[in-house]
Amino acid sequence: MARTLVLGVIGADVHAVGNQILNYAFQDAGFHVVNLGVMVSQEEFIEAAVESAADAIIVSSLYGHGELDCQGFREKCDEAGLKGILLYVGGNIVVGKQPFEEVEQRFLKMGFDRVFGPGTPPEAGIRALNEDLSGDRRCGRSC
Amino acid sequence: MRPVLLIDFGSTYTKLTAVDLETPSILGSAQAFTTADSDISIGLNKAMSILEHSCGAIDYQAKLACSSAAGGLKMVVCGLVPALTGKAAQLAAFGAGAKVIRTFAYRLTSEDIDEIRQAEPDILLLTGGTDGGNSENIIANAQALSCDGGSYPIIIAGNRSAGRDCTKALEGSGHPVFLAPNVMPEMNRLNAGPVQEMIRDLFLKRIVRAKGMSSVSEVLDGILMPTPSAVLEALTLLSEGTERTRGLGELIAVDLGGATTDVYSIARGDPSNPNVFLRGLPEPHAKRTVEGDIGMRYSARGVIQAVGAERLANIASVPAPAIMDAAEAFRSDPSKLPETREEQDVDRALAIGALYCALARHAGTLERVYTPIGPVDQQTGKDLTRTELMLLTGGALIYAPDLTGIVNIALSMQDPTALTPRHVKALCDSRYTLSAMGLLSGVDRETALRLMLEQFGKEGAYGAVQ
Ligand code: B12
Repeated sequence: MARTLVLGVIGADVHAVGNQILNYAFQDAGFHVVNLGVMVSQEEFIEAAVESAADAIIVSSLYGHGELDCQGFREKCDEAGLKGILLYVGGNIVVGKQPFEEVEQRFLKMGFDRVFGPGTPPEAGIRALNEDLSGDRRCGRSC
Repeated sequence: MRPVLLIDFGSTYTKLTAVDLETPSILGSAQAFTTADSDISIGLNKAMSILEHSCGAIDYQAKLACSSAAGGLKMVVCGLVPALTGKAAQLAAFGAGAKVIRTFAYRLTSEDIDEIRQAEPDILLLTGGTDGGNSENIIANAQALSCDGGSYPIIIAGNRSAGRDCTKALEGSGHPVFLAPNVMPEMNRLNAGPVQEMIRDLFLKRIVRAKGMSSVSEVLDGILMPTPSAVLEALTLLSEGTERTRGLGELIAVDLGGATTDVYSIARGDPSNPNVFLRGLPEPHAKRTVEGDIGMRYSARGVIQAVGAERLANIASVPAPAIMDAAEAFRSDPSKLPETREEQDVDRALAIGALYCALARHAGTLERVYTPIGPVDQQTGKDLTRTELMLLTGGALIYAPDLTGIVNIALSMQDPTALTPRHVKALCDSRYTLSAMGLLSGVDRETALRLMLEQFGKEGAYGAVQ
């Protein structure tokens, strides 16, 4: 059965183009995508993941405030019973040009499983999803 | 002549409307107290003889009825996430004319199960999960309900992958089980139609009988639907019109009763400002909500709790304790009519408070949130600020001497964040035409619309405003 992804652009971010591209790319790659579009709150991501029993939540942030918007996301997932659900974040997730390794570390520490820097093509995300979701690692379900 | 009789078994009155489809015209109307406690046909026969007295004996082609007697259609709904399938289930039940006595989310606890059994719903609607989504929750809830010893019917309308497991879990329990398409098959898409059809079907086949109405259902061509469902049909027809006749456009209706207040809106409800961002489950074009704690008699206390005694006292120009006393008197004797000047003022203030509160809860809200890139306005629910027509029904309002005043105050009290109408033309359904025309619309839509337009349309309108 197709794996389910919840996709959206977090916070007050209205950059819609990349979101559409990711939506089509993930669908083409065989995923069932629940696309929430732009301006999505943490709660909306989580509620959608609960109802759809999602395997992963894919967060985009383009406008530079991703770090603020993503704080506490993992903890909220835990609270909602989505323990161990796969969490990705990508886009222009912080303001300006900061060294990616540092940015990545900060988001990993927040509980994201993978962090993708500016300009990452959708294919990189698809490859990672196929790796992470292969075998028994079916998370959102009930592990 | 092609006469048809339309009957509304209300909680207090049994109301009859005789219509001639040929002319077409309303031949007459009559009402008598509903006798649901003894034999409902006593009240019906009494109303019939009153009607016969004014229009003579008529051989009706059809007799159609709707009912909200004996407590109406009481439902409990269960979803997964409150804002998603919980909300979807609630909207679906309201739209089917039910009184939702309790809404549950996530796993049902054993306390919840006890509460449901005690509440004895007429129907329980069990939902949860988009199609292909979460199935554990709804299955666990079906299992929990299977051993509660109850015998109320359960409609399962959640994740379609879980349907069979839910049915299996409930096999052998006392509950008749009915499987319907998901109320929210995919994220943020409400699919209320099929469930509502099933609710109406169950109401017709089982509940009418359970409520001791089989004695009349033989003489009638059937009790077709719960009264609020008939009202919703009528309002939708009046708003949208038919292929031949234009309707009145977007409108709101409020039925202010003794125990509950129903609000209906037939409107798109999109943001009136293009910069406003719409959040949450999109709501139905024809939406109904019921406030179980807001009413003029049994629920007078609920109005005080929601609005505040001080505020109501100011409206009525009486001291706050007088509000409490009068509310208590109305509550303990629901048939009491306001007599003294003070009682009339309190009654009016309660009507304003109830209207204010029920409209605020039905309409959407506009909230300004401050984000890193500045303030963003977001809307949840329907924007009804541009809706300009309001129909009012319910005993408390149709005898009110200054209906327009009551409505205007209730609207002016609203918070700026409440997306309630700003200015309306208020019309009164003083002859209980709506439920009758909702029934008639199932037989002859054009006639039902024409008769409503006579009362609420351009010409009739001015006659009805007081
Ligand atoms: C068009 C645009 C806008 C339009 C957006 C219109 C719309 N509705 O989409 C408008 C004018 C509204 C706009 C507004 C703003 N913008 Co602008 N905008 C752009 C611009 C020029 C193009 C964005 C775009 O569509 N790119 C094309 C798509 C295909 O690429 P993408 O969005 O990056 O998405 C791809 C990848 O990032 C990746 N990806 C994304 N998420 C994820 C997740 C995972 C897991 C993976 C694997 C991959 C992945 O895959 C996507 C598809 O290929 C960019 C600059 C640029 N050239 O990128 C600035 C840019 C994004 N904007 C920027 C800014 C600052 C703003 C504003 C704050 C400006 C302001 N002060 O008002 C506002 C914010 C408004 C808001 N509330 O969001 C900055 C962000 C800077 C930062 N992060 O440090 C940028 C980078 C410009 C710049 N160099 O300064 N913007």
